[in-house]
Amino acid sequence: MTITRLLVANRGEIASRVFRTCRRLGIETVAVHSDADACLPYVREADHAVRLPGDAPAESYLRADLLVEAAERAGADAVHPGYGFLSESAEFARAVEAAGLTWIGPAPGSIEAMGSKIEAKAIMKRAGVPVLEAPPDPTEADLPLLVKASAGGGGRGMRVVRVLADLEPEIAAAKAEAASAFGDGTVFVEPYVEHSRHVEVQVVGDGHGGVLVLGERDCSTQRRHQKVVEESPAPLLPDATRTALHDAARRAAAAIGYRGAGTVEFLYDPEGDRFWFLEMNTRLQVEHPVTEAVFGVDLVELQLAVAERGVMPDVSHGSPLASQGHAIEVRLYAEDPAAGYQPQSGTLAAFEISTGSITEAGAGIRVDAGYETGSEVSTFYDAMLAKVIAHAPSREQAVRMLAATLRRARIHGVVTNRDQLVRILGSEEFRAGAVSTDLLADGSLAVAEGPADPAAPRAAAIALAETTRRPGFPVAWRNVTSQPQRTRFEGDVVVEWYGTRTGYRVEGNDVIAVVPTGSTDEWRVTLETDGVRTTYDVAIRGRRGAETVDVDSPLGHTALRRVPRFTDPAEATKPGSLLAPMPGTVVAVHAEPGADVTAGQALVVLEAMKMQHTVSAPTDGVLTQVDVRPGIQVAAGEVLAVVSTGTGSTDEGEA
Amino acid sequence: MTNREAMLEKLESLDAEHAKAVAGGGQKYVERHHARGKLLARERIELLIDEGSPFLELSPLAGWGSDFAVGASLVTGIGVVEGVECLITANDPTVKGGASNPYTLRKSFRAAQIAEENDLPTINLVESGGADLPTQKDIFIPGGRTFRNLTRASAGRRPTIALVFGNSTAGGAYIPGMSDYVVMVRNRAKVFLGGPPLVKMATGEESDDESLGGAEMHARTSGLADYLAEDEYDALRLGRRIVARLNRERVSGETFAEPDADPEELLDLIPADLKEPFDPREVIRRLVDGRGPGNEQVFDEFKPLYGPSLVTGWARLHGHQIGILANAQGVLFSEESQKATQFIQLANQIDCPLLFLHNTTGYMVGADYEQRGIIKHGSMMINAVSNSTVPHLTVIMGASYGAGNYGMNGRAYDPRFLFTWPSAKSAVMGPAQLAGVMSIVSRASAASKGQPFDEEADAQMRAYVEQMVEEQSLPYVLSGLVYDDGVIDPRDTRTVLGICLSVIARQPIRGTQSWGVFRP
Repeated sequence: MTITRLLVANRGEIASRVFRTCRRLGIETVAVHSDADACLPYVREADHAVRLPGDAPAESYLRADLLVEAAERAGADAVHPGYGFLSESAEFARAVEAAGLTWIGPAPGSIEAMGSKIEAKAIMKRAGVPVLEAPPDPTEADLPLLVKASAGGGGRGMRVVRVLADLEPEIAAAKAEAASAFGDGTVFVEPYVEHSRHVEVQVVGDGHGGVLVLGERDCSTQRRHQKVVEESPAPLLPDATRTALHDAARRAAAAIGYRGAGTVEFLYDPEGDRFWFLEMNTRLQVEHPVTEAVFGVDLVELQLAVAERGVMPDVSHGSPLASQGHAIEVRLYAEDPAAGYQPQSGTLAAFEISTGSITEAGAGIRVDAGYETGSEVSTFYDAMLAKVIAHAPSREQAVRMLAATLRRARIHGVVTNRDQLVRILGSEEFRAGAVSTDLLADGSLAVAEGPADPAAPRAAAIALAETTRRPGFPVAWRNVTSQPQRTRFEGDVVVEWYGTRTGYRVEGNDVIAVVPTGSTDEWRVTLETDGVRTTYDVAIRGRRGAETVDVDSPLGHTALRRVPRFTDPAEATKPGSLLAPMPGTVVAVHAEPGADVTAGQALVVLEAMKMQHTVSAPTDGVLTQVDVRPGIQVAAGEVLAVVSTGTGSTDEGEA
Repeated sequence: MTNREAMLEKLESLDAEHAKAVAGGGQKYVERHHARGKLLARERIELLIDEGSPFLELSPLAGWGSDFAVGASLVTGIGVVEGVECLITANDPTVKGGASNPYTLRKSFRAAQIAEENDLPTINLVESGGADLPTQKDIFIPGGRTFRNLTRASAGRRPTIALVFGNSTAGGAYIPGMSDYVVMVRNRAKVFLGGPPLVKMATGEESDDESLGGAEMHARTSGLADYLAEDEYDALRLGRRIVARLNRERVSGETFAEPDADPEELLDLIPADLKEPFDPREVIRRLVDGRGPGNEQVFDEFKPLYGPSLVTGWARLHGHQIGILANAQGVLFSEESQKATQFIQLANQIDCPLLFLHNTTGYMVGADYEQRGIIKHGSMMINAVSNSTVPHLTVIMGASYGAGNYGMNGRAYDPRFLFTWPSAKSAVMGPAQLAGVMSIVSRASAASKGQPFDEEADAQMRAYVEQMVEEQSLPYVLSGLVYDDGVIDPRDTRTVLGICLSVIARQPIRGTQSWGVFRP
């Protein structure tokens, strides 16, 4: 069956990525989009687009009925599910096939078999693949243990148990979380392997037992069980183990007569050089580009070929497939690593990641992005903005190239994990290949070590000053100089500077030039320190006096928020105000106005991104004000409630 | 020593004198003021004016050479608030509690005059202990004018705003009383006619500061305060909001070409010894707009071949056309006087402001010149300067001696603004000449009385007079007396004049056709 028009039942970067291959192959494309996603690039890139009313996944991308209907209405003859959402829903796969459309993925039976982690383990055990199993009644000797949701994915619902007494409560909590997140409260327990690595093998099956193995990927660098950095080949892996992993994956896929692209995940214990089957993902993985880079294949093309013709196309062109060089992918998330990886939302005032120019064979940067400059990032969906993939002859070169690309990327308006990614890539452990799922566990790479480039706020202050220039007059000119000008940024950053006859004087640097670059809101500031000149690109936006300033330089990005010179007392936040840490929905309010509260007492519970966040009383006192009730949506920074310390408030007038 | 080195030395000295004004009442009082959570006068101004905008402080050296602190416990200047040019004054409470002395009065009157002549709103940042009592006889009677100025400004549609940060009692209470808009800072402003002790003495009533004159009381009860500010920052914020709603035109953002020659070179240009003349065209090139569309020639010289000791011509500064009169060889002869008169008449005919650049030793003396009518011609020039109604700006670059000071629009001729370079010297004549004249006169007097002439005493007298006049002709002395609006760095002249012209341009310029009778 020849595919002529393909609908991607997904959003963002993966939709764009599938469309790219379709365009190259001459296949027409159909996008579906929720209301929140209507303006994202993938919708424009498709030949046709179908709206799925509403924002929440449950109203849009998880509605199998609407998706099939959309495919029919748009005249599509195939559906690609991407990853996440319904990509591993056997039910959806069946609905697609029942509608006479081609399902780009494995047979629904394979999805079902692998979808239950418990059942999958049993199948793999029978096929001779090593699996991890905890005894039915664990004792102290079996600790630590890991509680996992059978239907889970992406780390949700996983809990590590180190004290036996915690096991039962953790199982109960995991069940509750799994039930709410996946609609299936089944959980299981397995041994927790410390300092383990996550190594997975890419397979493509023809549905008749033929399995193509496309090497492995190391996805050990994770935060809260979410992959952040992925690479191929896996570093520091003995060849024999590598081969054994590939064979195990082949057996696993063959055991279920697997069709299409899939990934067999293993837990690898580098100390004992042992591995165990974890699960099989019956879809295209987020991190598939690293495999594509080193093998020079297009996995989506392979998926389409298998789906269309039921046979494995010859991708090796006669010679055995071999991995070339090293590829590393990082996932750029709209999240704040320094604030517990809280998802971030907002408008991407700038989103430019340079792919550079490919000058050497096999070296280059690939960016798979779901967003562009001007895009609105919502918290309705996964927080991933883009994947950046570097491919170079050696791991070292790929790491360096990727770090440089990230440093130079212009990402304004939304907090991302970019700096953390740069720190990971720059860390000694990572550079040495000593990757492990614990790398980010202690949080040390979540925040910058030393102070940020002190010159960046100076460049920002000078560019801000330049926006105030009255033509013909030196900025902040004084015939009698009494004090420096002070530009304040949030975080107690104060830049003191003087306007001079011809420019600016700021401690620490000589100001060489400040010139507009295009619009009045973007400036290029050249500073000199000890004879070395560095250029800072400064982008300014927001209300005058309270601007947001983004400074990009070869040393990286600095986002600064101006502290206004004056605050209208009527607009000032009352002391003791509790602010929403992120946009979300209020799910519970635990105290009434007037109640005595103690420090740490949970007052308001917010839900965002399926995670619950508790806002607690900062001090002992009286809850004088509650501004929210369950069910309402709040924006980040909104006042939820006010706790007054009760005493010492006599100086507060009736403002 | 090069010209530049000599000028830089003078500028260093100027900075040191300005630093005295900035230091206010000194470290101890500044620290005490800060410890009370209060801002200094200049800190208040810095927060009041628009970020990045220029601020032209006026008369910063007022009181120099007197018994009073340099700066006269008051800061005045022209600043831009919410895009509107305003005359700003701020008491310096670190100097004797901000009390006014005779120099404070001079300085504040000059500021009021500038506001009046240039149609500027006034913002007074008030915190003053009132009159410096030991000098009450010198300030009580003339000081009354302060309040008259305020209400006449209001009547003249030049709004007056008082931000009261602290004491403003007794006579000082009339400053908010006479202002159009009053902001008082909670728990800080104190505005009453008589404090608790005086009330106790007068009527026996027991009272306290807050009930007599607190900000809260005035905002809620007496109605003297229109706005109650939470703190100093809030008062400044409110002050800015008031100006934002004055419905005044905002400053323009027009662009124009920078000078064709670098103003930095002005320091090389001015001779260390004023006996050495310099070409004012080189100064002009460094002050006025450079070549550009609509300004194809930077200086169109008028009558270049006649009266060459005075350069006249047209140029633009910050886009404003100006006529310039600049001394070239020091001395003014009949031709120069006639040329100046004609040029001033022409400027009035076309409603064009005039800029006078002084470097003159005065009108020429000698039998030949007297006989050719130098008095008539000098008078003619002074007549034209006196009756001209276009705005005048004066910069004293170098010498400004004798009637040359008058003819070139010295302070007595009420230029809108007058600034001095550190290289300037003004006196009735040069120190050596003055001492020499006195010597000749006393020698003649001795001779006529048949008395012996004491050569030694004469030498001493000459040295003393020469030194005294030299000292008195220094710019600081005249600036201390508020005979100029400030001593400025020559390199800042373009910016200073740019501010002045921007302020002047707020009102229509009307030249006159009526002059005093010109003696032909």
